[in-house]
Amino acid sequence: MDSEETNTDTSKSVSVSVKRLYEFFQTVSGLSLFIAEFFKKVFIPPYEFAEIKKHMDELGVKTLPIVSVTGFIIGLVLAMQSQPVMIRFGAGSFLPGMVALSVVRELGPVITALIFAGRVSSGIGAELGSMRVTEQIDAMEVSAINPFRFLVVTRVVACTLILPMLTIYVIFLSLFGSFLAILLSQGISFQLYLNAVVHSIEFSDLIPGIAKTFFFGFIVGIVGAYKGYNTENGTEGVGKASTSSVVISSLLILLVDMVLVKVTLMIWSN
Amino acid sequence: MAEVEVRNLSKTFGDTVVLDNISLKINEGENVVVFGRSGTGKSVLIKCIVRLLEPDSGEVFIEGQNILSLSENKLNEVRKQIGFLFQSAALYDSMSVRENLSFPLIRNFNFTAKEVETKVKSALEKVSLEEAIDKMPAELSGGMKKRIGLARTIITEPKLILYDEPTTGLDPITTKEISQLIVELQKDLKTTSIVVTHDLICAKIIASHAVVLKDGRIKYEGNLENLVSTSDPFLKDFFTSDMLEVKNGSVK
Repeated sequence: MDSEETNTDTSKSVSVSVKRLYEFFQTVSGLSLFIAEFFKKVFIPPYEFAEIKKHMDELGVKTLPIVSVTGFIIGLVLAMQSQPVMIRFGAGSFLPGMVALSVVRELGPVITALIFAGRVSSGIGAELGSMRVTEQIDAMEVSAINPFRFLVVTRVVACTLILPMLTIYVIFLSLFGSFLAILLSQGISFQLYLNAVVHSIEFSDLIPGIAKTFFFGFIVGIVGAYKGYNTENGTEGVGKASTSSVVISSLLILLVDMVLVKVTLMIWSN
Repeated sequence: MAEVEVRNLSKTFGDTVVLDNISLKINEGENVVVFGRSGTGKSVLIKCIVRLLEPDSGEVFIEGQNILSLSENKLNEVRKQIGFLFQSAALYDSMSVRENLSFPLIRNFNFTAKEVETKVKSALEKVSLEEAIDKMPAELSGGMKKRIGLARTIITEPKLILYDEPTTGLDPITTKEISQLIVELQKDLKTTSIVVTHDLICAKIIASHAVVLKDGRIKYEGNLENLVSTSDPFLKDFFTSDMLEVKNGSVK
């Protein structure tokens, strides 16, 4: 009796695993085709500049408060946490440079991208998903307007362009946060702090850090748009599209970051 | 005006056959009403006609062009001559009524801003909702949404209009108003119309020709009067179901 139940449970869990694996490959292939469609459409006129600008405004304004707070706190906390250790090793004077390097190379871009994914990818997924289930996308298509170009391309381009701007803003706020932390504990002057930061950051730190945010912005936009544009099963599907957009885009950001860090190190070490 | 011909159209979703080898011809200027129980493929049929859904097999001709074999650009040229009123009206949530109506005009035609404004006001006048011009879809009632959807459908003066359950969920008075509006617009614009509905009041006002779908096939094609007085058990049951009599607490 027990062995029969165990066999049934095992076969159930195997079929669930097979189903999940199938869904995973379905998502990968669907997303790849979606990305190919994006590149097919993005370079062909008409270019929707007004719509792209509108989305950049909306996305920027929507994300600004949360990234401002996060950016400031990251810099502040990083300086506060690192200070005792740096002093213990007699490297207290390197603290501004260490914080600046961490924020510029890794923390600024990745944390801004993850917050952006949580805020924007879910929003795009839910918005396009609800347009899909209420037939608004079909209405656009039947009116001889290409919904992919109007809804997807514009949002993905806006995400790709706005995230680097937000990242630069976050980096400045983090540096300001770390300056305040060091000022309060060591009484450092702004001029001295600035000199330490400027001397510790090189071109090879700044450019890769900012460049990878274009990829992250693209991931956030394309995943949210893919999930929303292909929503099924009514309002339940909209919820799923919104949630899975955040999960997939966050994971992809971390994976792509890992690859890009390796590529960057290979390029700049030469 | 446009002529529509559907030849041997079939469409399945998974194992379910929704349309099974349907052939249908709709002449210029005709108002055809498509009846059928829920899930018999009425909406799928009209979505296949405008290629919102790709059929598994068959052909669809609009003014002699097989739209299933057209490129995206050529298909869009044909679609500019077609209006489609969705069951939910499908107004764009993020746009005001004015923007909803002007959207297809600005995108597809070379009208000046003044001409667009005039056309928007004239379309709203036709559906008696001039005062809603600056409202957002969320501020409109179900009936108002249907009317605005209708205004957006006719604003480009299409030659063929497809209506997907235009009166579903509306009270009998609004149903009658919308149906009369469809007939008036058909007369004004001289369009060919295909109306998918369950609603006999709507059909009686609109139809010059009726089609009944059952299990993905055409069960009846002809005029509405003969359909209503038919002796076929299925059709009789279908067309008397909304005229039930209640006697002594039981439904007959």
